[in-house]
Amino acid sequence: MPTVSMTVNGKQVSADVSSNTLLVTFIRENLKLTGTHVGCDTSQCGACVVHVNGNSAKSCTMLAVQAEGAEITTIEGLAKGNDLHPMQKSFQENHGLQCGFCTTGMIMSAVDLVNKSDKLDDASIREGLEGNICRCTGYQNIVKSIQAAAKEMEA
Amino acid sequence: MYEFDYKRPGTIDEAAGLLNDDTVLLAGGQTLIPTLKQRLAQPEALVDLSAIESLRGVCPDGDQLAIGAMTTHAEVANKATIPVLASLASGIGDAQVRNRGTIGGSIANNDPAADYPAAVVGLNAVVSTDRRTIAADDFFTDLFETALEEGEIITNVTFPKPEAAAYIKFDNPASRYAIVGVMVAKTSSGIRVAVTGAGPCVFRQTEMETALSGSFTTQALENISVSADGLNSDIHASAEYRANLIKVLAKRAVAQING
Repeated sequence: MPTVSMTVNGKQVSADVSSNTLLVTFIRENLKLTGTHVGCDTSQCGACVVHVNGNSAKSCTMLAVQAEGAEITTIEGLAKGNDLHPMQKSFQENHGLQCGFCTTGMIMSAVDLVNKSDKLDDASIREGLEGNICRCTGYQNIVKSIQAAAKEMEA
Repeated sequence: MYEFDYKRPGTIDEAAGLLNDDTVLLAGGQTLIPTLKQRLAQPEALVDLSAIESLRGVCPDGDQLAIGAMTTHAEVANKATIPVLASLASGIGDAQVRNRGTIGGSIANNDPAADYPAAVVGLNAVVSTDRRTIAADDFFTDLFETALEEGEIITNVTFPKPEAAAYIKFDNPASRYAIVGVMVAKTSSGIRVAVTGAGPCVFRQTEMETALSGSFTTQALENISVSADGLNSDIHASAEYRANLIKVLAKRAVAQING
C-alpha cells in the first residue's frame, strides 16, 4: 500500500492507503474529520468540497494519493480556535442552512469564491455556487450569508 | 473502484516508459475518477501527470498561445490572452471541476458534449504530443476517439490568435455540458465554424463557413438548412432540435462578433 503524506488544516498527516481510496474517504475515515460530507458521490452536489492548495475541489472526485504533498483545508480548519471564520459566522447569523447537510461544502466553496472575486453580486454568487446543491432549496439565505460574509472578509 | 497501482512520474520520458496496454494516464481526473468509481474501467495502473511541471502553464508567444496539457480550466479562464478561450473555459462544469480538470484531459477524452473540442477545431489549434504535432482537423476522429496512438502523451495545445471569435453554447443546466455549442472564428486560415455537442464528435459546418466567407452576417446563414442526419438524440434534445440549435447559435455567435 502506498504511503501518502499531506498537510490537513495545518497538521502534517501520513498514512498507508490503497491507491483507490478517495480523498473524502481518507479525510472522514482515516482522519475522522467528518465535517466533510459525502452527498451524491458523483461530483454533482458539492457536499464534499475541501480546499486543495487554496482551490476548492470535490474530494469525492480525487484520490487520496493525488493529494500527496498538498495543503488541504477542511471545514474543521476554517475557525481560529473558538473564533468562527466570517463565512461560518454569517451562515449562522443569516440562517444560511436548513438541514445542514450541504452547509460545509457550501461554506468551503463560498470562501474560495469570495477569496477569488473582486465584486460579488447576487447573480455571480449564484453562478459561483453552480457546483453545490442544497436539497432543502434554501438558496435565498445561503446567498444572503455569502453577501454578508464577503463584506466582512473585504474589511 | 477496482484496485490499481498509482504512479506519479516527474518527467514526460518517465511517464512514457510506464505506459502499456493496461495503464491509463490521469490528468485532472474529473472524468476518469467517476468512470473508475462506476467500474467502467479496470486499469492495472494510473500514471498521474500532475508532477510534471513542464506540462502546466499558459504561454503567450507572439500571435499564438501555447497551453500546457495539464493546465486547469480555471487557469485558462484566468490567464488565456484569447478572450473567447478564457470565456469558454470559464463555462465548463462548475468552479470545483474547473480547478481540477485540464485541457489535455478534456481533449484526449473527446466527450461529444465537451467545450474544448470546439475551441481546438474552431480556432485551428495544433496539438503537440511527445511524438509529433497533430492539426486540429485531424485530432478528433469519432465518439471518444482521437488520433492519439497507444501511450502517446499530449504536451500542449497551441492556439493561433483569431481576428475575432465567439463561442455560444446551449448548455445542460445541471452539468453545463453543451447540448450544442458553436464556435465561429475569423482566423488567418479563413472563417471557421466548429460544432460540439450535436454529433458523435466535434465537426466543422463548412456550408456556413462558405456563406460567412462571402458575407459575414447573420443573414448569410438564413437560407442554410442544417440536416439532422447523424446528429445525437437523447433525453435532452432530439436530433432535429440540435440541428435547429446549430443555426440559432451560429447566428448568435456571428451577431456577437459583429457587435
